[in-house]
Amino acid sequence: MSYNVDDKGFYGQFGGAFVPEMLYANIEEIRVNYRELLKEKNFLSQFNALLKDYVGRPSPLYFAKRLSQKYQTKIYLKREDLLHTGAHKINNTIGQILLAKRLNKTRIIAETGAGQHGVATATVCALMDMKCIVYMGEKDTIRQALNVGRMRMLGAEVIPVTSGSRTLKDATNEAIRDWISNPKDTHYIIGSAVGPHPYPDMVAQFQSVISKEIKTQLLQQTGSENPDYVIACVGGGSNAAGAFYHFLEDKNVGLILVEAAGKGVETDYSAATSVLGSIGIIHGSKTLLMQTSDGQIIEPYSISAGLDYPGIGPMHAHLITSGRAEVFACTDQEAIKAAINLTRLEGIIPALETAHAFAMLEKRKFDSGDTVVLNVSGRGDKDINTYLNNIQYE
Amino acid sequence: MNKLQKVLRKRSKKLLNIYLTAGYPNIDNTLDILYALNEQEVDLVELGIPFSDPLADGLTIQQSSEMALKNGMSVERLFAILKMADSDRLPPLIAMGYLNQMIQFGEEQFIKDAKDSHIDGLIIPDLPMDIYQRDYQDLFRKYDMGISFLITPETSNKRIQSALELSNNFLYVVSSSATTGGKGGFSLSTMDYLKAVQRIETEIPKLVGFGIHDKTTFEAAVKYCDGAIVGSAFIRMLQKSNDYHKDIATFVEKIRT
Repeated sequence: MSYNVDDKGFYGQFGGAFVPEMLYANIEEIRVNYRELLKEKNFLSQFNALLKDYVGRPSPLYFAKRLSQKYQTKIYLKREDLLHTGAHKINNTIGQILLAKRLNKTRIIAETGAGQHGVATATVCALMDMKCIVYMGEKDTIRQALNVGRMRMLGAEVIPVTSGSRTLKDATNEAIRDWISNPKDTHYIIGSAVGPHPYPDMVAQFQSVISKEIKTQLLQQTGSENPDYVIACVGGGSNAAGAFYHFLEDKNVGLILVEAAGKGVETDYSAATSVLGSIGIIHGSKTLLMQTSDGQIIEPYSISAGLDYPGIGPMHAHLITSGRAEVFACTDQEAIKAAINLTRLEGIIPALETAHAFAMLEKRKFDSGDTVVLNVSGRGDKDINTYLNNIQYE
Repeated sequence: MNKLQKVLRKRSKKLLNIYLTAGYPNIDNTLDILYALNEQEVDLVELGIPFSDPLADGLTIQQSSEMALKNGMSVERLFAILKMADSDRLPPLIAMGYLNQMIQFGEEQFIKDAKDSHIDGLIIPDLPMDIYQRDYQDLFRKYDMGISFLITPETSNKRIQSALELSNNFLYVVSSSATTGGKGGFSLSTMDYLKAVQRIETEIPKLVGFGIHDKTTFEAAVKYCDGAIVGSAFIRMLQKSNDYHKDIATFVEKIRT
């Protein structure tokens, strides 16, 4: 069994491009171009140069000694939080802005939940002198106000979305509608490994630099390029896709996904798609999603705006249903506790999204000899208010 | 030949297709509105099955869908209501829904129940043609269910041919690159596009949708094609109406004469 995308755009039974005809030409233009572009020397050297000199890659792989002691195993942190703009999201936006340039687009649209992808998009648009419009659920503009300010300072127009549940799912709908209305001059930079083919694969490939570096760095530090486990949080799934990419076919490497349980999977306030979801279509992709028996998409809940998505990338749906990946769900409170724990042990304040991945360490025992790589997808600056409101110091 | 096909064969007529979000403004008056449209001799009605995330639709239809869902409309409920209808008073019916609704209901059950509910055709905008052919065409044939695919100004000639081969009710011609609900007049490029569509040879009628909201846009559409679909404008009328029967009659008359 292969865990990567097939030539029709499917991961097992998941994926595809279930889009209205109004979007077909837009997506087809990308589909016929992206694979060749990703092999082109000129493109790759431009991409890699920007990742190195502008983004700050490679990001460190750091052996977390005190965290390892606590959990009686060897934990390495992949520090995507140290990248320019503070999260892994920029790897993908650099790649897609170069693609957009190549396709002669002049206008960029994006959706954002936590605002990290919006900031990463606004950043590359400033860098490349492109017009930038970011759709963001009205609710998220409030809980991630700092990122709204950053986007505006970078010159992006932030449009608060008031339709539906006013969060990430609706921001994505609005961005898609914008693209339907502006098919010729606009490129849509999707930030997660979701959406119609080829987006999940394209985003995964732009993010795959994460696992590529892990291999090199682990080899240098431990003498072996493969860890026993890779852990990543998952909303749509871009950081997990990147952290897993070069380990997908190597079954000796355990893959662990951590979803947001919100207030608990048994409550009505959760975003644990693998537990609560069923097969359906969301944003042009066949995948697991949270829905009613009538096929209406349910608004998920998580304290973390970046994990607050009712679906999951088709790659991850396939990894989970085929048993290739283990999946855990951690609650808001578990994530906050894990964030404090990490901060006090290692002096690293993680993004709320990433904090869920750390919370998983409480739920599963690793052997003392295991090498465990945890992808620190983002830093916690944007979440300080949420942390302060939820932390009671002893 | 079913009721819908009979209407569609009358090519000389300028076919008027009215779109209605099922369950809007209330669940109870969906049938009444359908009967009233039939009394006005509307040629066919496209019933929108409300969906939480209607990607192709503009604000008016989004809001009507949201309201319909709040009212308790669902696929199951809609079929139940239509099955109880007086079929002689129903106009020829097609239904528009998104693929997720069909998958969740069970594809075969959905098609079978739709047929039992006097629905003779479906429009599933996010169902790609190749997936339809591979997974669903046999089921549609089994229950004599029709289907219409969409073409847009960006659709290649090759895909237009596929859409024509697979569509057996009518070809849905999207007037411009936009979501539903446009209120302005047609641009020159839209007129040029419709002229080009006129030259496409086919046995099935071509119906224009998106942005048809008054007599002017309706006339422009039927000048080059066989009919047109009026959706958001009809919903906006219902939004304001205190007397459906009277207002529906006026609305249809204004477009036709």
